Amino acid sequence: MENLRLLFDAPILTVQLLLDGILIGAIFALAAYGMMLVWGVLNIINVAQGELVMLGGYVAFFLFKAGINPLFGVPVAAALLFVVGWLLYRVVIFRIVDKDLFISILATFGLSILIQQLAKVAFSPDVRTPQAGFGTISMFGGAVTVTWIKIISFAAALTTGGVLVWFLRGTRMGQAIRATAQNARAARVMGIDTDRVYAWTFGVNAAICGASGALVAMTYLVDPYIGLPYTIRSFMIVIVAGLGNISAVLATAIGLGAAENISAFLFGAEYQIAFVYGLLVVILISRRIVLARQRRYLA
Amino acid sequence: MKRSILRAAVLAFLIAFPALLPAWRTQMSYLVIMIVFSLTWDLLGGQMGYNSFGNVLFFGIGMYVCAVVQRDAHFSYPATLALGIAAGAAAAVAVAAILGSGILGLRGHYFAIGTLGLGIAAGELAAGWDFVGGGGGMVPPQYPGALGGRETFFYYLAAALAVATFFTLRWLYGGRFGLAVNAIRDDEDKAEAMGLWTTRYKTAAWCVSAFFLGIGGAIVGNVSGFIDPRETAFAGSTYGVWMVLMAILGGKGTLWGPVLGAVIFHITKELFWTYLLDWQQVALGFLIVVIVIFFPVGILGWAREKWPEKFGHRVEEAKPAEASG
Repeated sequence: MENLRLLFDAPILTVQLLLDGILIGAIFALAAYGMMLVWGVLNIINVAQGELVMLGGYVAFFLFKAGINPLFGVPVAAALLFVVGWLLYRVVIFRIVDKDLFISILATFGLSILIQQLAKVAFSPDVRTPQAGFGTISMFGGAVTVTWIKIISFAAALTTGGVLVWFLRGTRMGQAIRATAQNARAARVMGIDTDRVYAWTFGVNAAICGASGALVAMTYLVDPYIGLPYTIRSFMIVIVAGLGNISAVLATAIGLGAAENISAFLFGAEYQIAFVYGLLVVILISRRIVLARQRRYLA
Repeated sequence: MKRSILRAAVLAFLIAFPALLPAWRTQMSYLVIMIVFSLTWDLLGGQMGYNSFGNVLFFGIGMYVCAVVQRDAHFSYPATLALGIAAGAAAAVAVAAILGSGILGLRGHYFAIGTLGLGIAAGELAAGWDFVGGGGGMVPPQYPGALGGRETFFYYLAAALAVATFFTLRWLYGGRFGLAVNAIRDDEDKAEAMGLWTTRYKTAAWCVSAFFLGIGGAIVGNVSGFIDPRETAFAGSTYGVWMVLMAILGGKGTLWGPVLGAVIFHITKELFWTYLLDWQQVALGFLIVVIVIFFPVGILGWAREKWPEKFGHRVEEAKPAEASG
């Protein structure tokens, strides 16, 4: 526990950890927002969410290998992943939209294994990092260093989120998506082609995941197995923030990023993933206790 | 009558197997463990309607506790093994009882994802804990008997476990416990309103499941001869998913369904392993998606719809309209 003392003795270290956490949190928020969208509109919890993030990371990596700055990977990954998401909906997801939640969880879990293993065969299991080639900046006389790429990623994540909000509010398709989320049957009566809306929703979700994956790959790394923790993080953020509240999603995601960074420092980086999953269990149980006290049961 | 002949035939086959096909003993040990997996999963997922993705937690706990006892207790080999299995089962049941009150209060998808987190968190913790070997894993002690005796010995242990699991569950489903658990699946709030102590039944069901999985883990640790925290003990993406898949394939909510599903799945999987080098995991993911989407009722579920009279359901004959007076 001497690491804990260190945190208090050197508050500048805490600043560094918090800053890193906040910057990565915005990227978590993107995938979480996509999960919320799919959950709210299709009533599906997409366990393959993290695999879409992983695919986006590989897009950035292959652009980098082709000699292009991986920052361009963000829009390219979004566009490519939109097509992937659309295809996934047309081949698999539309069959499970009206099935019970267990079927959809298990089916998307199967999809996640399928995508992960395909990526392993196609891209090899090695850990890859596309180098965006930006420097670092120092603050407080070198006590706190932040790589530029993290700041750029943060900005890019916020921009992507802004584009998404504009899409949902300002375009006809976005309005149709929101209408379907409110009441799919009424939307159908009003002449909205809900099947097309579902396909778009899943495609848009995949596109945001792709963008977030490209950012993750640049700031951290990408390998075929990074998927599931991102799914779990997204799920956690959505249940804490509640369905349909975008600023709460951003705040929760940033909080999670900071908590994860501090725990990784306190307990050691090898326990970071365990911390994520452990936190999930704690959140679920405490949420249940709170709801039971208010006599509102989870159905 | 016909059923008892079938049962005797299965038992005779299990007993004679090492003599018939000695080269396949280890393979067969895994197959009977798969049966334990799908039966214990079905107790929650099929009979009680609680779809757990984290039952592999108990399997891993049993495996690690047994290996630690075998490493640190200095008695004769059989004594430490027996002690290890007992300790593994006890630890798994204890964890199930403690976690049960919290986790089993969750419903539906919250339960599913929460248990998924449990299994993987345990694997990550074990991988970082040096007392149990950390990421390098553990090696259970050498079997002292003759060469090849190890396979036969552990095969019989595994087979005995599978048979014991089957008959215990059959006995449980036949009585009040089975009715209570099915009532929870059909409508938990109503069951609770009828005076059923649902939390107690749910925890008990989880403990039964954990007991057999803990023993199974202790045995598999010795069969495989090497314990990796993520690949053998808390293998959420292999064993953890397979147990769900096998129960669904055979038909969840039935007694023979998980057995049938486990046998078919294990053979298919081993064929994949042999003929689809590198692509076996891809094929498995594909298989999951296909089974879940196109065949969610399972083999026995399908048969029950087709021939309901063979499953003890009374079939109402379509009568002409005059009978309805």
